[in-house]
Amino acid sequence: MPDQSQETLRKTWQEGTAKANTNYVRRRITIDPITRLEGHGKIDIFLDAAGQVERAYFQVPELRGFEKFVQGRPAEEMPQITSRICGVCPTAHHMAATKALDALYQVDPPPAAKKIRELIYSTFMTEDHALHFYFLGGPDFVVGPEAPPAERNVLGVIGKVGVETGKKVIAMRRRLRELIALVGGKAAHPVFGLPGGVAKHVTSDMRKQFQDVAAEAVEFAQFTLGLFEDVVLKNTDYVNLILSDIYTHRTYYMGLVDDSNRVNFYDGQIRVVTPEGKEWKKFGPEQYLENVAEHVEPWSYVKFCYLKPVGWKGFTEGIESGIYSVAPLARLNVSDGMATPLAQTAYEKFFSTLGKPVHHTLANHWARVVELLYAAERMTELAADPLLTDGNIRVLPTEKPREGIGVVEAPRGTLIHHYQTDENGLIQKANLIVATQNNAARIAMSVEKAAKGLISGADVPEGVLNKVEMAFRAYDPCHGCATHSLPGSMPLLLRVRSHTGETVAVLRRDFNGSVHRE
Amino acid sequence: MPEKPKVAFYWCASCGGCEEAVVDLAEAILDVVAAVDIVFWPVALDFKRKDVEAMPEGSILVSFVNGAIRTSEQADMAHLLRSKSKLLVALGSCSHLGGIPGLANLFDRESILNAVYLESPSTVNPEGSLPATHHKDDGHTVELPRFYNTVQALDQVVEVDYYVPGCPPTPRIFRTALQTLLGDELPAKGTVLAPDHALCDECPRKDTKPERLSFVEFKRPQQVLIDEQECLLAQGLLCMGPATRAGCEALCVRGNMPCSGCCGPTSRVKDQGAKILSSLASLVEGKEEAEIDRILSTIPDPAGTFYRYSLPASLLHRKKLDGCHCKNR
Ligand code: SF4
Ligand code: SF4
Repeated sequence: MPDQSQETLRKTWQEGTAKANTNYVRRRITIDPITRLEGHGKIDIFLDAAGQVERAYFQVPELRGFEKFVQGRPAEEMPQITSRICGVCPTAHHMAATKALDALYQVDPPPAAKKIRELIYSTFMTEDHALHFYFLGGPDFVVGPEAPPAERNVLGVIGKVGVETGKKVIAMRRRLRELIALVGGKAAHPVFGLPGGVAKHVTSDMRKQFQDVAAEAVEFAQFTLGLFEDVVLKNTDYVNLILSDIYTHRTYYMGLVDDSNRVNFYDGQIRVVTPEGKEWKKFGPEQYLENVAEHVEPWSYVKFCYLKPVGWKGFTEGIESGIYSVAPLARLNVSDGMATPLAQTAYEKFFSTLGKPVHHTLANHWARVVELLYAAERMTELAADPLLTDGNIRVLPTEKPREGIGVVEAPRGTLIHHYQTDENGLIQKANLIVATQNNAARIAMSVEKAAKGLISGADVPEGVLNKVEMAFRAYDPCHGCATHSLPGSMPLLLRVRSHTGETVAVLRRDFNGSVHRE
Repeated sequence: MPEKPKVAFYWCASCGGCEEAVVDLAEAILDVVAAVDIVFWPVALDFKRKDVEAMPEGSILVSFVNGAIRTSEQADMAHLLRSKSKLLVALGSCSHLGGIPGLANLFDRESILNAVYLESPSTVNPEGSLPATHHKDDGHTVELPRFYNTVQALDQVVEVDYYVPGCPPTPRIFRTALQTLLGDELPAKGTVLAPDHALCDECPRKDTKPERLSFVEFKRPQQVLIDEQECLLAQGLLCMGPATRAGCEALCVRGNMPCSGCCGPTSRVKDQGAKILSSLASLVEGKEEAEIDRILSTIPDPAGTFYRYSLPASLLHRKKLDGCHCKNR
């Protein structure tokens, strides 16, 4: 539009990006390999005769069946096929699949290939964590949990932090995604992963581009941490909210750690700690079946993970119940520290403030920013690594394929791909345990606890929607459509029924944030 | 100021990657927002359905729908948007051709449910519970939507005017498509809004592609060190470039991996998979049938390779269901 004034351009730009981002984040998303929330979260709440909440169901109403239809496909296609589970975190599936292929073909990639993989992965984690902080979880705190829904969104955040910062977030996203595409072919659904290595080598010119963006990313992450401390930690109301009982569960935690028990997204051993914070077990990916099991409930398409040796005791917390949690808070809880200096400092402050382990679900937002800093610092380290540009990026497999398990930490937590093939490398069986599934049981409890704490009888205050929503958004805003949405703009349906099964109240919130009682 | 044209977006069974394609316009979204009024962007059907219903017929200029159709809700919404829109556009491979989740048509609902809830090695399910559309739990009836046996492309459910190809479409393909639709001269109905020639024409490696290819065997990507300059097909890798529509600027090839065919065929080809298979078969070195078979058998998964994105839209459509004649249930 050539003759528009600067001012109109600026306004249009803001409208445009706001709309785009609103919709980007409002996107529902696959929450496990076989399920995805439809456009709305479905919460059914049942009251007892006295009008108190008896049961609340948070349901996942979709199934796609990746485990089945990958049967017969060549294993080497899995990184690209399984990335279609989720278009927002395709790189996590791509990477877990690629690592499962290493195991399947019993190949150890050359050092440069490992560096390239982890560099792309750190770039992806930086992008994902930053975006979610600003567009999803952030608004609850930066703008405020009590602010009108229409303001509790990315625009509201930009209003608080300034247009310049808002633009920086958008530009940062674009540049990080361009880097992923530079090596991986595409940012959405990349193609770089092969058993024993990566498809493309990194040139010194590409290294330079990574270094430039990584340096800015570290600054950006520090700025974000500062923002969180200023706005949230200096506000007693917010701190009390984080600490409140409604948002607290004492469960086990799980995450990948390196040899020194520090957080690692790309590789390592799975460490689990008890609700007291003691190491329960540390095991390699190949032992996941001994330790992790999935429980089926007929009212949801999502399966609920628990620790197999502890057992499924229903939706209860504590040391007797096998329910555990993953994602940023869990990763910090299971680790003894961070592998990079700035993130380590932030980690220490996190635990010296809250104690260890932290059971407050809303502390996930803080933990996410600590991890953002780590991801950006790690990106910087890898971009400077002399081995990165080594041309030797492949080891050709020679062994017969049979079985392989690959594990990474997705932004939303531990992600496990497990394949069995015939001699020709065609998939016979695939088992996928996706980040959010690990959290599914705890999320169901959180929703019920919030409902019980906030709802009494048919008198459902409208603010309840956001409070209930906050209970699961903290696990990861990208947890499902329901969580992968703007605060205050998530289409949400909440139905309250009496003990006789009659519907006593229905609240709906539209995407524009308006709440209707039906 | 004259009213700006109204545009809507909606998603069906999709991964979210197509929305990213729209957001990936980044700075360029400025022009889009200046030019159109977005009246409806992918949102939950339950919540905005009423608003869409209230709009006059044909009042939306263009609706973009991504994702395949696999539930009745999605089919209903496609019909509704059809009636409210002058132009209905299928955005991305899933909507255009069925997409990767369309590979589920190689199986049926029962086997999928069994694989996930009964046969998975980590699932502990002694009672054999399966998710149920109606379930009584402590006297509470909880409901789930039923999912179809068969995945369908958008035009198998409603009439579609145009297609935007890709998994996901690149920002450039999307931007160009949008400009075309908002322009004065609309292309013929049914047009795929991307260049109508094969990917090889815009591939950075096209100069290394031999005049005449011939094969004594096909290679799988993990079996060879892939040269970063030479045509991938010439290296024996199954690159779908010759049978795939251009427009993406050969992103996968730039990532040093073969094209897997996400943009679908050019307008001259009805069935992408059949086309690739027949042209490859004509290029194998063998004279004897047995030799030809041997060479073709080095392709481990023809259905999943040649119909990676297009099974529902293809002549195959789905695996035959025993004793079931209805298409969807
Ligand atoms: S076409 Fe590709 S990117 Fe778009 S929804 Fe389907 S799988 Fe996702
Ligand atoms: S066959 Fe593939 S690599 Fe070769 S020119 Fe065509 S698109 Fe490029």
